[in-house]
Amino acid sequence: MNAPLLLVEDLSVAIGAARVVDGVSLSIAPGEALALVGESGCGKSLTARAIMRLLPPAARHAGGRVTLDGRELGALDADAMADMRGSALSMIFQEPVASLDPLMPVGRQIVEAVLAHRRTSRGEAAKLALAMLEEVGIPDPVRRMAQYPFELSGGMCQRVMIAIALICRPRLLIADEPTTALDVTIQAQILALIKRLRRETGTAILLITHDMGVVADMADRIGVMYGGRIVEQGEVFALFRRQCHPYTKLLLKSLPSLEGERRTRLSTISGTVPDLHSWPPGCRFNPRCPLAVDRCRTDAPPLAPAADAAHLAACWETARMAELDR
Amino acid sequence: MNRYLLRRLAQSAIAVLGTVTLVFFIQRLAGDPTLLMLPEGATREDIETLRRQLGFDRPVIEQYLDYVWQLLRLDLGQSLVQRLAVGDIIASRLPYTLYLAAAALVVALGIGLPVGVLMAVKRDTRLERLLVAFVLIGQSMPTFWSGILLILFFAVTLGVMPASGVDGFHSVILPAIALGALTMATFARVTRTAVLEELSRDYVPAAQAKGLRFRAVVFSHILRNAATPIITVSALEIANLLAGAIIVETVFAWPGLGQLAVQSIAARDFPIVQGIVLLGSFVAISLNLLADILYSVVDPRIRLEGRA
Ligand SMILES: Nc1ncnc2c1ncn2[C@@H]1O[C@H](COP(=O)(O)OP(=O)(O)OP(=O)(O)O)[C@@H](O)[C@H]1O
Ligand code: SF4
Ligand SMILES: [Mg+2]
Repeated sequence: MNAPLLLVEDLSVAIGAARVVDGVSLSIAPGEALALVGESGCGKSLTARAIMRLLPPAARHAGGRVTLDGRELGALDADAMADMRGSALSMIFQEPVASLDPLMPVGRQIVEAVLAHRRTSRGEAAKLALAMLEEVGIPDPVRRMAQYPFELSGGMCQRVMIAIALICRPRLLIADEPTTALDVTIQAQILALIKRLRRETGTAILLITHDMGVVADMADRIGVMYGGRIVEQGEVFALFRRQCHPYTKLLLKSLPSLEGERRTRLSTISGTVPDLHSWPPGCRFNPRCPLAVDRCRTDAPPLAPAADAAHLAACWETARMAELDR
Repeated sequence: MNRYLLRRLAQSAIAVLGTVTLVFFIQRLAGDPTLLMLPEGATREDIETLRRQLGFDRPVIEQYLDYVWQLLRLDLGQSLVQRLAVGDIIASRLPYTLYLAAAALVVALGIGLPVGVLMAVKRDTRLERLLVAFVLIGQSMPTFWSGILLILFFAVTLGVMPASGVDGFHSVILPAIALGALTMATFARVTRTAVLEELSRDYVPAAQAKGLRFRAVVFSHILRNAATPIITVSALEIANLLAGAIIVETVFAWPGLGQLAVQSIAARDFPIVQGIVLLGSFVAISLNLLADILYSVVDPRIRLEGRA
């Protein structure tokens, strides 16, 4: 693997006393797409927002390092970090309509993104915005520029958000469930758009999703999160073929069929995700795990090479995975 | 002009007519006004003469129409004490009250808005707690009390400000502070709540994700979105400010409408009191209309109603 574009080491986020993101490490090479999957509440969005250094007020950084292109983001002051956002790394949020200022025409909101990073006139910035709106497939962009978010559909707003995120050609795009709020046909269009732009611009992507079909379609590698930790990581097809962590195995098993019915949400595995204040000691999956042994209840397994050097899992009992097939 | 504003304009016109009607009938219900107008010990003939003079012997509906017609010509009648047109008397006092109210509004907005924004943005810091205490003082001091304290401290003890009257720019400062303090506190509280509400919206981190600095997000997005509740409160607060002027003008011997109202009530000069009441209601209704026009300037969802 070449030098990583994004390197996340041992990243933790706390809400009160609870570590809702607990020692997450991952890396993304230039131009690569990494999918982050896991049940609702496992810490995917907070991981993304911790990378952007845009945590919600209730949450705080509790350790770890994020390095982008060799620069440690945590060492930057607030203004320098603001300069990185939108130009070196961008993020699109789950709710496209709510992510736009309701009182400002969308054109001006795109222009703002340009002017945050480039010294050009408003007119020049508006030209760029117009071109970008065309690029993301918005018909009649001149008219759309002057419209307000409430005059646009959810799909249109998401295209605007993508235009905003990509207009300064960032090297990394974080997309937090970019299609969840949209209906199925629009979902497909937005995904096709992200794929095309990725091909054309070489942007690396951290894609957060619930949808294994989207993972297969979009990602090179996948990271599976459970309870604020990454429990398995590897190349998408290697991991689909063989799982080294019981959680991943059960997650994929609960899907009908990968090839046939694709756009399926992760269904729940027996038991429920514990409340965020009550993670058990040891492996956080142990109350729900069919392979759990005594050691799992005391020691947390590290994320370590499992099937091969590029396929990592955090489980003491990886060798017994075959038992789950019976 | 769109349908929304036309509707609001019509509503305001109805409100004005309603107020006028109400003032007229309350006056009639209160009994024969001639008895109140004449000095004690007036003879029956005196009363009858005045009744005929003022037209109170005619049918009520006729009197009402007459009265409305008079108002339409901006004729508020004659003062009973000074034998001058009420309109002229009010016009001679109005500039003082407007001057005082404008100065108080400058105090209230100029301090209240930034303090409110700071309280929201610097939440849970020592600065916020300091500002909360400051606002609490402004909010809990009765106007007459703060007025007297201001006079005692700045005029009597320090001697740097005039204690009362209108004498140069200086003299408006203390009454403006006394009058503006409560409004300032209200603006600060409303602004704080509105800004906090906007800070929790999704467009805030999204705007920061573009590369905008937090300050820029506050100035170019949050303040505008927080404006609607602030405008609503402004309309109410300016009306309250005018009511507060009655007290402040009395404490500071400020020759405005508030003082005139108090003097006229004491002298039973009812045409003047009525004129001031009508003017006050008209101002309050106009302020609300103005607030509604401002909403539609600020919020495209109101302005473009029907276009999308
Ligand atoms: N602003 C917040 N205030 C309090 N708790 C929060 C906040 N945001 C997230 N959490 C909690 O932190 C945990 C992780 O949240 P996160 O949003 O990262 O989950 P997620 O994996 O993105 O879930 P989803 O798939 O539902 O988006 C959850 O238990 C959530 O309840
Ligand atoms: S470490 Fe133990 S409890 Fe955790 S997944 Fe592996 S077997 Fe299950
Ligand atoms: Mg999420």
